Amino acid sequence: MGFEKFGRKSFTGMTKTAKFVDLLQEGKVEGTVCKQCGAKYFPPRADCAACLSKEMDWFEVPKKGKVETFTTAYYAPFGFEKDCPYTMGVVDFGDGTKLFARIAAKPEEVQVGMDVTVRTITYEDGQVSFEMAKA
Amino acid sequence: MEKDVAVIGVGQTYFVRGYEGSIRELAFEAFREAVQDAGITSKDIDASVFCSAPEYDKQRSPAGVLAEYLGLIPQPTFYIETVCSSSSSGVKVAYSMIKAGLHDMVVVLGFQKMSEITSAESQERMGRGADIQWEAPFGTMMPAYYAMYAQAYMAKNGLTHDDMRDVRLKSASYGTVNERAVYRKGVKAEDFDPKNPDAKMAGAVAWPIRVGDACANADGASCIILANKEKAKAFSKKPIWIMGIGAASEAVNMAARPDFSKGLSVGYKAADQAYKMAGITAKDVKVAEVHDCFTIAELMAYEGLGFAPMGEGKQLIREKATYKEGRIPVNVDGGLLSKGHPIGATGGSQIRTIVLQLRGEAGPMQVPGDPDIGLVHNVGGVGLYGNVTIFGR
Repeated sequence: MGFEKFGRKSFTGMTKTAKFVDLLQEGKVEGTVCKQCGAKYFPPRADCAACLSKEMDWFEVPKKGKVETFTTAYYAPFGFEKDCPYTMGVVDFGDGTKLFARIAAKPEEVQVGMDVTVRTITYEDGQVSFEMAKA
Repeated sequence: MEKDVAVIGVGQTYFVRGYEGSIRELAFEAFREAVQDAGITSKDIDASVFCSAPEYDKQRSPAGVLAEYLGLIPQPTFYIETVCSSSSSGVKVAYSMIKAGLHDMVVVLGFQKMSEITSAESQERMGRGADIQWEAPFGTMMPAYYAMYAQAYMAKNGLTHDDMRDVRLKSASYGTVNERAVYRKGVKAEDFDPKNPDAKMAGAVAWPIRVGDACANADGASCIILANKEKAKAFSKKPIWIMGIGAASEAVNMAARPDFSKGLSVGYKAADQAYKMAGITAKDVKVAEVHDCFTIAELMAYEGLGFAPMGEGKQLIREKATYKEGRIPVNVDGGLLSKGHPIGATGGSQIRTIVLQLRGEAGPMQVPGDPDIGLVHNVGGVGLYGNVTIFGR
């Protein structure tokens, strides 16, 4: 339980990685790292695909990265219409970790290669998420 | 190349908005055409494979229901799904069944009645197109994903909006002569001009993807009949052999994707397998059908298939090399952009086009020079699945 609070609107209720939402509420954006083989995952996973272990630790993702690519949505799926237009993109931390999220900036301000920071966000309806902002 | 498994019959319905019939009737139209094309009867078929994206089907487990309607019981029937490349995956499975010696003749029927569900239901599903746990909560949809590839191409490879527009102009020029396409109107450059108040293609969907960069939903079905060497030679005057067949998969989440400016990895991975198996290179391909759900997808496919070096796909459209008279004709039936994209039927429709091209039966779309090798590139999801199949005479 708990994962229904993730994002603007969650499509998943139960997951063994629901602690991700608790961490967001503490202001942390974390992935998982395998205790057995050290494989790192973002988004987090409960199971290691590399060595099949289910013993995972949490690690905080880097705070700063660069926008690898992005898009601005002018049409939205059901339940997201009020947010239009909104920008989403991929941030590359340069250490093998990437992250996909919304970018809190006007569409014309965003550029490929732009430095961004990652932060948590709580929406007015209590949903929690993470987003990128211009560094 | 080994001539083991051949396409002996092809069929396709008109791709339309709002088909006036049920999915079994839609499937039957494509089936009837393929059976008549092959010169066989239903009794000659000893297994069937049905392909669709199940989120659009009200019928649960459609394979059995459709097999009965097509007169294909009590033969075994199977259901295969890889979203937009479902029927190419179905062909790979059918090929394997024949190659293994389990079956002599197998039918692959791809179908989709996208209008089966209401537009509100469709809009709701659109948001669940990829990773529903980690990405859909941000408000993703198909055009947004392809737009991120387009953005990376524009930033790093010098791709322009005009290049993407020109892919659509090419597609539309062939869509006007393909009577089975859903979009048959011509498209002009000024339709993309934001300064033109009547520019119907210029509106932003998910920037940099505009209305004109996207294909349309449609209802339709396609049918491919595959046979082993003995049956192919017994029934078919013009068997078209499967020379090479490749398939690959990739991480669903964008955070796990390699460099966006190098396109979809499933495209080049499936292509490498298919070329190797066929014992040919990109230069040997005379005509190709590539997965152009968005204009950027066609440009990425040029590179993944080796028709252009990485990052240089734009040159092919600038030089008109992918027109019918060009060095490597691509999507000269109008592609998904003009034909429409009835998800489960798309791969079979692409295969049908290539089979007709290699037989010299493509009518107003026929590529000159009597092409003898053709290629089909079919992608499922946002490069979640990729299939490349090579055909020869």
